[in-house]
Amino acid sequence: MLLKKMLPAFIMATALAVSLPSCKSKPSDADIQTKVQTAIAATPGVSADVKDGVVTLSGLVSSDAEKTAVETAVNNLKESGVKSVVDNIEVEAAPAPAAVAPAADALSQGVADATKDFPGITATVADGVITVTGEIEKSKVQTLKASLDALNPKKTDMSQVKVK
Amino acid sequence: MSALQDKYKELIDTVNASGVTGAQINETDGVLHITGTAPSADVKNKLWDIYGKIDPNFLTGDVVMNVNVATAVAGAKVKVVTDSTNLNIRKGPGTDQPIVGKAAHGEVITLVGKANDQWWLVRTNDGEEGYSYSQYLTPVE
Repeated sequence: MLLKKMLPAFIMATALAVSLPSCKSKPSDADIQTKVQTAIAATPGVSADVKDGVVTLSGLVSSDAEKTAVETAVNNLKESGVKSVVDNIEVEAAPAPAAVAPAADALSQGVADATKDFPGITATVADGVITVTGEIEKSKVQTLKASLDALNPKKTDMSQVKVK
Repeated sequence: MSALQDKYKELIDTVNASGVTGAQINETDGVLHITGTAPSADVKNKLWDIYGKIDPNFLTGDVVMNVNVATAVAGAKVKVVTDSTNLNIRKGPGTDQPIVGKAAHGEVITLVGKANDQWWLVRTNDGEEGYSYSQYLTPVE
């Protein structure tokens, strides 16, 4: 009888005794974090989060090679308690070609196309207004104005244009 | 009627009387915006003539007129209306695109389609195909 009553407690105690050491040997997330931190230190811009042994990498690197290197370095820490690696590192896009970079909005591009055939003419765009300067033959004025108006600007200011 | 609409009364009246579809005449920040689709290239040219008469050389800048032509549709014949030079035909829609052919001044070619209002896909009688600037093309009626 007594044994029967004691049995659940006995089982629990055994379970506790078995589970405790295994718990103790399992590296804590903080321990893993320290190891991971060392592994990723060589790659600035990358950070790591550890939860239940799962390492999540994030940040920005400049190449795919860097991303792979960091992921491999962290994957090699399996013995330190890393269960798996989630690689959320982003690779920086290659810099855009210089020609596209300086605010080449549609209107500016359209104005560049429209004025290409008028060598004496310069046109600039600001706040949707096209301002035209320079010299032009009378026979070409209408084509220029129509080309610019077709870009739907707020205004086409040609008041500084000299018509020859 | 505002002073601006009074100044351009003849132009506005002509837009309204010439069968321009989708015509919109709005005054914003002292600029009269006129848009719509003219039934023919002749009507479009007439509107520009009237505008140029009221505001010689279009220098005042108090009007933005953007009138398309209804007959400029895929399959239509269009004439090259450059000043005197040949018209460039380019690989893509933009002056940064390589030139793949030329159409002579006055030549009549085929409008294949439109990349946008500015760049039309055209085909010459020699079969050269590419994009040309629409301001130098006018539908042949």
